[in-house]
Amino acid sequence: MSGRRSRSRQSSGTSRISEDQVNDLITRLQQLLPELRDSRRSDKVSAARVLQDTCNYIRNLHREVDDLSERLSELLANTDTAQAALIRSLLSQ
Amino acid sequence: MASLISDTEPPTHSNTVSTDLTRRKKRLSVPSSSSSVTTRDGDNHARWRSEKQQRNYSSKLVQALQQVRLTSSSSSPTPQKRGKAVREAADRALAVSARGRTLWSRAILANKIKLKFRKQKRPKQTAIPSLITTGSISGSRRSKKRRVSVMRLSKKSIPTVNRKVRVLGRLVPGCKKESVPVILEEATDYIQALEMQVRAMKSLAELLSGSNSASPPI
Repeated sequence: MSGRRSRSRQSSGTSRISEDQVNDLITRLQQLLPELRDSRRSDKVSAARVLQDTCNYIRNLHREVDDLSERLSELLANTDTAQAALIRSLLSQ
Repeated sequence: MASLISDTEPPTHSNTVSTDLTRRKKRLSVPSSSSSVTTRDGDNHARWRSEKQQRNYSSKLVQALQQVRLTSSSSSPTPQKRGKAVREAADRALAVSARGRTLWSRAILANKIKLKFRKQKRPKQTAIPSLITTGSISGSRRSKKRRVSVMRLSKKSIPTVNRKVRVLGRLVPGCKKESVPVILEEATDYIQALEMQVRAMKSLAELLSGSNSASPPI
């Protein structure tokens, strides 16, 4: 794939990257998204919709990680060191 | 004990056939990197959803969080600073679990080193006045002397799909200037990694809050 990238220089209208490859990647992306996966009418979901939903989903996940990390920081401030070591040993099995 | 985390996986994941197949393969104790029933798609699913990967990430996360606790107790612990430190530690642990195969993981780990240097040198490379090359995928060129950054995506010059892929590329770390298929592929891996991160942190938080309310037996 790196060979293809070095060969696809700037062109005026058409891109050297094949349309099928992009569509295939977008289909795979669509299968990851929870809302688009269950109602999979593959012909009717446009690529722009998939991409928009992907952006929203990533932003949601980022926000969830932020909330969870805040919660974890509060919890870690209150937890005993002994308990944390206990948890670590539990998780590393 | 270690199945604590795998039990909290939401049941909706088992609806799709591919993840069912890969999960059954995990029970047969096949290493996660080599098994793929279907195409490479199955390999991606296997990588971020296997229990072994989750345990791997969880242990790294706990170790990283221990270090965060040690450093933050000395400095002034405002809740936002601590939250950000936790987030960065979690992201770094996630990037390490990716084993350097993906762009975004390398970008996360590289940023950590760059920040240490940026405190000494003055920041360059930020927001150079942009040149928009009309209608072409500008990110695919590798010119080191002149960086072409797309600052404003107008609605007329770039078609819709490319515009949205650019936006997506800005969300995924390290993919601001890549070509379209690279961004899409990195995004698929990044989403799965983020989902695993959310699951691990959620179960860890529940574990900690559960042990905080209950009295320790020792």
